[in-house]
Amino acid sequence: MNFWMAIGVTAVGCYAVKLIGLLVPAGALERPVVQRLSALLPVALLAALTAQQTFADGRVLVLDAKAAGVAAAAVALVLRAPFLVVVGAAVVVTAGVRALAG
Amino acid sequence: MRAEETGGGARKPDAAVVRDALGVGVAVGLSGFAFGVTSAGSGLTVLQTCALSLLVFTGASQFALVGALAGGGNPFTAAAGAFFLGVRNAFYGLRLSQLLALPRAVRPFAAHWVIDETAAVSLAQPTRRSARIGFTVTGLTLYVLWNLTTLLGALGAEALGDTDAWGIDAAGPAVFLALLAPMLKSTTERAVAGIAVVLGLGLLPVLPAGVPVLVAALAAPAVLWAEGHKRGDRRASRRASQGGEHR
Repeated sequence: MNFWMAIGVTAVGCYAVKLIGLLVPAGALERPVVQRLSALLPVALLAALTAQQTFADGRVLVLDAKAAGVAAAAVALVLRAPFLVVVGAAVVVTAGVRALAG
Repeated sequence: MRAEETGGGARKPDAAVVRDALGVGVAVGLSGFAFGVTSAGSGLTVLQTCALSLLVFTGASQFALVGALAGGGNPFTAAAGAFFLGVRNAFYGLRLSQLLALPRAVRPFAAHWVIDETAAVSLAQPTRRSARIGFTVTGLTLYVLWNLTTLLGALGAEALGDTDAWGIDAAGPAVFLALLAPMLKSTTERAVAGIAVVLGLGLLPVLPAGVPVLVAALAAPAVLWAEGHKRGDRRASRRASQGGEHR
């Protein structure tokens, strides 16, 4: 039930912000501070999430094959690879390192 | 095709818009498979996994929610992180509403498709017509494929057995990184990202699951505030030193 609650809250919240953007008159969200913050908030969240999902196992910090996979994704990004290749590189390299490590 | 290309950048043939839109829609849509596997591997049921793709339909929020729930996070903290990630879609909507000029009755339906990819494709188009085509084709392909591959991934998770052995757990952070990379344009963005990483990792062992990410989000207003402060100082010192360098 807990998972369903989280899903419900997320679905309603995420839909609401999408709709607000389309319905609200242009001026309302156009204050420079609001715009800047909305551009920077995803940067902070994505950076924190990337780091956590790469280096955390539950609440313990670890360095394992995933780090190699994400590093491969970073290389793919620098080489301007398409989205699917970036994700694929992470998965393949992680699996490869795990296979080699036994 | 060639004749239109030499005709200048003002117009763009519909076929070219459709091709661009399909490219984005198919590539990103297929990664729903990784989400399906990740979500099912995190302990969500197939139904819950599909509900997320059908109803939330904004990849980063979905991955964030599933990751937080798997980490044992409180459902509301998990939802809050996912929601904050979704807030950026409001600003896409704001720009798209002027660009697409959709009839009011259509907006509630179009809203569901207002995400990174549809915004990126639409905003890159030269005319309203091509923006509308780009939005519709990207939205439709992505929605259909993302949900289809989510289902396949969720069903396949069991068949894959130990999904970690297949490296699927690296898909989530790779998706985040791919979304993050183009945002790191200036020192400000990099400072925000750097502080957020330190907070996110540093607080992980000491705060309840899901909370460190929310604290890390504070890096955004903090850097913004510091920046405004510095600008204020500079203005003040310029005023004090009268006739210094001009802007």
